[in-house]
Amino acid sequence: MQQEVVLALLAKEPSHGYQLRARLRQALGPLGDAMNDGQIYVTLTRLEKAGQVSSERAAGMPDRPDRKMYALTAHGQQRVASWLAEVSWPKPDLAEFHLKLLAAAAARLADPVAIIDAQRRELLRRLRDAQRAAMAEPDGSEAALLLEGVVLRLQADLRWLEACERSWSGRKART
Amino acid sequence: MTAGTQSMVRARGLRKEYGSQATLVRAVDGVDLDVAPGETLAVMGPSGCGKSTLLHLLGGLDRASAGELWLAGRRIDTMSERGMAALRRDAVGFVFQAFHLMDELTAAENVELPVLLAGRSPRVARRRAGELLERVGLADRARHLPSQLSGGQRQRVAIARALANRPMVVLADEPTGNLDSEATLDVLRLFESLHEAGQTLVIVTHDSRIAATADRLISMRDGAFIDETRLTGGTSGRLGALLDLDG
Repeated sequence: MQQEVVLALLAKEPSHGYQLRARLRQALGPLGDAMNDGQIYVTLTRLEKAGQVSSERAAGMPDRPDRKMYALTAHGQQRVASWLAEVSWPKPDLAEFHLKLLAAAAARLADPVAIIDAQRRELLRRLRDAQRAAMAEPDGSEAALLLEGVVLRLQADLRWLEACERSWSGRKART
Repeated sequence: MTAGTQSMVRARGLRKEYGSQATLVRAVDGVDLDVAPGETLAVMGPSGCGKSTLLHLLGGLDRASAGELWLAGRRIDTMSERGMAALRRDAVGFVFQAFHLMDELTAAENVELPVLLAGRSPRVARRRAGELLERVGLADRARHLPSQLSGGQRQRVAIARALANRPMVVLADEPTGNLDSEATLDVLRLFESLHEAGQTLVIVTHDSRIAATADRLISMRDGAFIDETRLTGGTSGRLGALLDLDG
């Protein structure tokens, strides 16, 4: 789990690890199913070592991460503030696929159109999964908005694959 | 499609041409198609690829230039105009991008109309419209005019109307083309429930969201089928795989 996310979840009030986990589950819905329950404690421990999080053990409780109450330190607060101001964004990694098609065609290793079709099927399967999950979300679910983002991105990628297919079928027809 | 099962829709060598000689356009160019009962089939392709023309041929809205066509085992390309009209009314349900509802009729009246045209009594028509509006989640909008409904609601009324005479097949032409993302989701949910109820559905679209939820997807280009994908089974499983959560 990304450190900034965990820090930001602590910004409202000090929490137990399991409370953060529940908050994440609610926000991610079915998309959070790959999340490992231990991950959040690993991240919290790292953040504590870095001095961005402090922890307090409840009286009479054993010294275990899942019994501790975590809070932001001043340093942690700063990091949250600068994270919120950041405008970084995941960059689409299309070059690899583009180069794969070029290389396959140049070396006559494989038919680029067949590669595009296989890729399209894989994205359609992902779109199907995301779309079905979106259809199953109740009204007002937080995860529905995230699923919409996943769906829109997959649609954009599929449109690019259509453009690839048009271009490569055209090249094939000319040769 | 296994041998011995009868296709709900079957086409062989289906062709539709416009113009002549120098200006000849083959909108549909030798299409073979089998749609199994209860199947949801999506036909995708760029605008002008012939997918809407194909849908019009399948539903008897237009006549093919050549080829053979069956609906539930009945040959329909050789039918008389009168037979075709009855077929369009009783055996096929149409859903269009622009809804095509009657503006001066309420939602309920729009759904009742095809039932009345099929010769049923007003009482039967009213009951049927009530059931269908309930099914599409618009029972409380029955007395509204189309102009008082959102785009998504209008399309759901149009789907209820398409189901009015319990058609053998529902044909939809870009049903989500005019809808925002939330209304699209409602229409997809509705198609899903029709699918579960065993309704045969053929949808032409360039919306990949619809295509991804169909049983089978056919890609069309220049009037012909160029690719076919069966999307059932083999999904990636865990939804978390759609995101990259590790950082």
